[in-house]
Amino acid sequence: MPKILSIVETAYRATIEEQDDTVLWLSHMLKKAGADISILLRANAVNYAVKGQDASGIAFGEIKMARPPEIDKDVAQMIESGMAVFVVEEDIKDRGLPETELIPGIRKLNRHMIPHLLDQHDQVWHW
Amino acid sequence: MAGKIITIAIMDAPYESANSTSALRIVQSALQKGHGVNVFAYEGAVNLTMKAQQPHPNPVKGTSVEQEQHPTTKEWIAALFKLAQEKGAKLDWVNCGLCVDERGAGDWIEGPKRGGPKDFLEASLASDATLVIATK
Repeated sequence: MPKILSIVETAYRATIEEQDDTVLWLSHMLKKAGADISILLRANAVNYAVKGQDASGIAFGEIKMARPPEIDKDVAQMIESGMAVFVVEEDIKDRGLPETELIPGIRKLNRHMIPHLLDQHDQVWHW
Repeated sequence: MAGKIITIAIMDAPYESANSTSALRIVQSALQKGHGVNVFAYEGAVNLTMKAQQPHPNPVKGTSVEQEQHPTTKEWIAALFKLAQEKGAKLDWVNCGLCVDERGAGDWIEGPKRGGPKDFLEASLASDATLVIATK
């Protein structure tokens, strides 16, 4: 089975409307369909590696969002399912994200190692 | 050289980004060379094939619908299916079903079919190359 790397860099794009990050969702669906797929979070998408996020509370008139996106939990489930989820260490530091708050199992990667990571995969999908 | 298969995943809704046009140009180029193309239309891209698309006049330019001669994206894609047939190449267009449902985009032109992530995976694994053109 070819190894696929999905690179995600845009964060919180339509995640309230979709109640998911649709690229992470797609990647997880492909894993369930048998794909050997890993994730690299870079740029603003490194925010997805922080645990304890809360997007609840939005309402439009009477319609309240019953199931807000829980992207940190989605990422944790992906890791539990056996997917490797990498995050660019410099992007974490640039954004002042506390390393103690990263989801357990996230694999930090120095930027200069990205070419090496790409080389380990047969297909690279840059979303 | 002909006879290769490429898979392209697209996400942009029509009229929002140059990505859609670029993607269709890539599809066309491949078909003209006799290559097979699998398109996985994800998210807003499922709107590209909606039958209900209508051209409009241009009040800034003062042109009527007929004068404006502005094909909608469904017409471009219908033309690509026709091109594929003429070239003896295969164009397979899958609209992601869940994306279709939440957008009410289920009434599309002849050619595309409903599918899901599994179709994208299978197409990608059977292709010579896969290109993802994501929305930002």
